[in-house]
Amino acid sequence: MRDLWPWKLELRGTPSRAMTYLSPVLAIVMTMLLGALLFIALGKDPLAGLKVFLIDPFNGKRAISELLLKSVPLILCALGLAVCFRANVWNIGAEGQFTVGALFAGATLVLIDVPGHATPGSLGLVLMIIAGILGGAFWASITALLRDRFNANEILVSLMLTYVAQLLLMYAVNGPLKDPNGMNFPQSKVFSSEFMLPMLMSGTRLHIGFAVTLVLAAVMTVFMTRSLRGFSLFVGGTAPHAARYAGFSSRSALWVSLLISGSFAGLAGAFEIAGPIGQLLPSVSPGYGFAAIIVAFIGRLHPVGAVLGGLVMSLLYLGGELAQSRLGLPSAITGVFQGMLLFLLLASDTLIDYRLRRKAKV
Amino acid sequence: MEQFASLIAASINAGTPLLLAALGLLINERAGVLNLGAEGMMLVAAIAGFAVGYTTHSPMLGFLAGALSGVLMAALFSWLALVLATNQVATGLALSIFGAGLSAFIGQRFVGLALPSQTLSIPVLKDIPFLGQALFQQHWMSYLALLLCAAIGWFIYRTRAGLILRAVGESPESAHALGYPVRLIRFAALLFGGACCGLAGAYLSLVYTPMWVEGLVSGRGWIALALTAFATWRPARVLLGALLFGGVTILQFYLQGIGVTLPSQILSMLPYVATIVVLALISRNPDWIRLNMPASLGKPFKPGAS
Repeated sequence: MRDLWPWKLELRGTPSRAMTYLSPVLAIVMTMLLGALLFIALGKDPLAGLKVFLIDPFNGKRAISELLLKSVPLILCALGLAVCFRANVWNIGAEGQFTVGALFAGATLVLIDVPGHATPGSLGLVLMIIAGILGGAFWASITALLRDRFNANEILVSLMLTYVAQLLLMYAVNGPLKDPNGMNFPQSKVFSSEFMLPMLMSGTRLHIGFAVTLVLAAVMTVFMTRSLRGFSLFVGGTAPHAARYAGFSSRSALWVSLLISGSFAGLAGAFEIAGPIGQLLPSVSPGYGFAAIIVAFIGRLHPVGAVLGGLVMSLLYLGGELAQSRLGLPSAITGVFQGMLLFLLLASDTLIDYRLRRKAKV
Repeated sequence: MEQFASLIAASINAGTPLLLAALGLLINERAGVLNLGAEGMMLVAAIAGFAVGYTTHSPMLGFLAGALSGVLMAALFSWLALVLATNQVATGLALSIFGAGLSAFIGQRFVGLALPSQTLSIPVLKDIPFLGQALFQQHWMSYLALLLCAAIGWFIYRTRAGLILRAVGESPESAHALGYPVRLIRFAALLFGGACCGLAGAYLSLVYTPMWVEGLVSGRGWIALALTAFATWRPARVLLGALLFGGVTILQFYLQGIGVTLPSQILSMLPYVATIVVLALISRNPDWIRLNMPASLGKPFKPGAS
């Protein structure tokens, strides 16, 4: 194996700070290069292929508003996951927490939004968002409880719960929450516009949730870099012995990080229902919760990074949709790009601790 | 009685992919490597197996394609986790995400196609009352999986190579000091695991369903990962666990059959909920897990660095 690889990795004296931030850029560039090769292999013009991923999403006010809109659930989920991963809690069930958040939010509106209701629109909106947050936090708390009380592996539990959440949503839209006048489609009624989020830019679908997301990213930055609680999470994740010595409880780190993460994912689910979707569908999420794992890593587990990473991931989603409509490729190409991006990021991250040296000829 | 026999037969059918995948993962983990990419490997193998099986009309070639694609996916994981010594959890997740995307991408034009169902019945034995129907009318891959289980049990406990594999998993530093090529052994173990997960994925698309839909594996890779821990990394217990979980998967159809009126989506949660419950039960005693788990599981080995 050694001779297949003419380079050797040499441990750096100290981890490179520059590489920590350069690595995601390197990974994105390499993903695009590999993407170009993929387009060639598929018999498409690589430049046209890259154009739909890198240029078309910026083409005009509408396109940009869609880019920002799609980044909202990605950023929100990634903000929470960043906290978890920093605390060394491997929550990979944001997808499920998102789904339950959307389900709770949608169920709240099904209850409120009945003919002749007396609930003011803004109150209904607030209630549904709170329900979404509670739903996500509740789903994450199951993982926390099982980890805390039974020591059950949070990776597997949170993932299994994602499947359960999706089935729960399927059940709801096929059963109690199904629109009675919906021609038997598995979906809820389309909610009245008074319960929907106000728009940020007129003539687009970009809603006020984007502004809320940016504010939350700022709050999380303060929390993670300036507060004792945020610091204790970080110490607990990277140096558990030091954390114990300092009296930081790993149990509270587990609960705090999972509840934050679940709340954010649930909020993202509620925003999708009260924003672009407007009703409860079986397909509320095209994998936002999983993509957010990549976003959190790309963003270096930092809230500001999550915002930037969320925008990059949003590009990949829009690029996939455009690749389908303009190049006739399956939109699932987004998933291929996502996977490549995470692989290449992990590979590039090696350069944080190591430098590449050509092997001396023996 | 006949219903019970068919229930057993169906459990074996549903347990086969779990058994194949969990056996492969058991070898990985005995060598100290945690590959969370099982789901991704199975997905890619499922579509590769289906595509080849469908176009060539040869299930045999389909299985071969499945195993090969599993090996390729595992090689990708190995390069990152062994050569670059990346975090195994993150790398496995990446493999699963990549596999989900790639399989959906390749599979787009195979959606909705179906293969003829195929089983094998063993002459003479199949005519034994009850047992014949319960045990001897399976696809040949189920019997191969059983053989593999026995072979792995023999390999791990009765051969020198198996002992070395376990040594690498328990203490890579000592194995390295004794002159064993730790990373090469782990590489071989990972490729074997990839092949097994590949066969498991191909079984799902070629025999079990037999068709392709996006996300066909639906969590079985993750359940197989849970199975290895449930089985405390012992092949015989993996067999038991796979049959149990196969049974749980079948239970939902059985319950619907006997007139249980729960909605089908609720019944479909059974395997996932069962996995969670089992995980909680077996993990309750940390000492027990620590005693049985390969000591270096999930920790990258960097010769010279430690």
